[in-house]
Amino acid sequence: MYSRAYKSLVSIPPLLWVGAFLLLPYGLMFAHSLWAVRDGVIVHQWNWENYKTLFSNPLYAEVLFRTMRIAASVTFCSLLLGYPLAYYLAFHASARKELLYQLVIVPLWVSYLVRGYAWKTILGSEGVLNGFLQYLHLTHEPVGFFLYSPFSVVLMLTHIYTPFVFLPIYAALEHIPRPLIEASQDLGAGSLQTFWRVILPLSMPGLLAGATFAFVLSLGDFLAPLLVGGPSGTMIANVVQSLFGAAFDWPLGAAISVGILVITISLLFLSEILEKRWAFK
Amino acid sequence: MGFQMRPRLTTRPAPVLAVYAAFVFAFIYLPIVVLILYSFNHDGVGGFPPRHLTLSWYAQLFADSSIWDSVLNSLVVAAASVALSLTLGLLAALALDRASFRGIALFRRLVLLPLILPGIITGLSLLMFAVFAGVHLSRVTVFLGHGTALISVATTELFAGLQKLDRAQEEASLDLGATPWQTFWRITLPNLRLSLIAAGLLIFTLSMDEIAVTFFLIGRDNTLPLEIWGRLRRGITPEINAISTLIFAVSVGLIVVWYHLRARSLGGQAREFIAQA
Repeated sequence: MYSRAYKSLVSIPPLLWVGAFLLLPYGLMFAHSLWAVRDGVIVHQWNWENYKTLFSNPLYAEVLFRTMRIAASVTFCSLLLGYPLAYYLAFHASARKELLYQLVIVPLWVSYLVRGYAWKTILGSEGVLNGFLQYLHLTHEPVGFFLYSPFSVVLMLTHIYTPFVFLPIYAALEHIPRPLIEASQDLGAGSLQTFWRVILPLSMPGLLAGATFAFVLSLGDFLAPLLVGGPSGTMIANVVQSLFGAAFDWPLGAAISVGILVITISLLFLSEILEKRWAFK
Repeated sequence: MGFQMRPRLTTRPAPVLAVYAAFVFAFIYLPIVVLILYSFNHDGVGGFPPRHLTLSWYAQLFADSSIWDSVLNSLVVAAASVALSLTLGLLAALALDRASFRGIALFRRLVLLPLILPGIITGLSLLMFAVFAGVHLSRVTVFLGHGTALISVATTELFAGLQKLDRAQEEASLDLGATPWQTFWRITLPNLRLSLIAAGLLIFTLSMDEIAVTFFLIGRDNTLPLEIWGRLRRGITPEINAISTLIFAVSVGLIVVWYHLRARSLGGQAREFIAQA
């Protein structure tokens, strides 16, 4: 139906653009990771030293594991909040469903930075939470450990990714044919059994999509640690950022970035394979 | 006999779940409520309860020219990014919907990559590209970063729109002798109007808020998030609450406008349908 000219006309401009402004820069990042810095200048001397450094220096592995722990906690907490919410909306909210759905969406329009900032004002030692606790006479001195810890990073990122986790789960739950659930109940399964054997497996693709999204984006986050994390909440992307800034070692920073890229893409593939396995046939 | 002895799962009230859902909503909204409330607090951000309500932080905000300069920069970048990513996203969506060539699956993955990739990766690779090409960092590099990364959003939204489109109208138009060009402007584009507006609004907001990519591509002219970021390093000020509250109000306003448009258009379609029947 569409001519060859039409197809080329719509394909070529985005192909060229994406090639020039995404593929080339990603390639350049990989090239940098194989270069070196001598006397404060990047020299185009191909070598694997940066990758060797990453594997030999335990510091990098340590930060990477901490980052993965934080990302896993964020994913777990977001699922813990997002799944029951999606379940409630899909099966029990009846007439209020549309309104409640919009209420989950609205915060997505509030900027990431602003929400992080809001948590900073809540958790700080001069903050709202401390003011509240003292107002209730539960504490008499400001509590310092709310802010600047891995805990506050997990809290902030959970707050940001809960709606993102909610969305695909809700979509999956909404797509479950209702007769399947009714059949399960008519055949004598209790509601818990129905959940475990019918609803949960059928919502698995949505759950996986949401979890992957939360995990991958938490993994590469560098702003939450800067805003609310403090030194004990430093994550792998902060190391990259400092290598590109004050430490000026772009090749090493690029090597870590390539590492993050490889982990991210592997996780996406894994999640895609799992989603296919769980997909409703 | 045993039919309907128990109420259906879907209609049974679930008080525990309802309370839990209320708790999740409280968690989602707590920071936003605190943010707005303390923008009116005379004593600044912190302490409890907020008292002596005042508009003085807003007054201070309106007198703050560097904030408004950054808002202007953000608006310019966002508008330009919408234009770039909608154009290329529309073409990419058309290509994915209609063309088939070797490597199209790879092309799709590449276009969508910035959607799921941490911003720092996209930001840094574009920074290296700019340095390699000898380009100075400025609003233009920020715009190129936003525009390119957001092609992913435009493509997803518009591809979904194209999939829902009724192909018969385009076929009819071509059969009746319209050129592909005419068909595109008079059938395809008008039918995609809602998806285009939705994508445009979303891209605009995302660009206004973007920080991870911007962080590495910014020149001397700060965007609003970068301006806020710079101030946060110096300490917390209720002015930030005030500007955030205003942005929130504008965002909610945009959502309402969008729903209005959608409802009207759906209403219009329903009327047409009834008129035809």
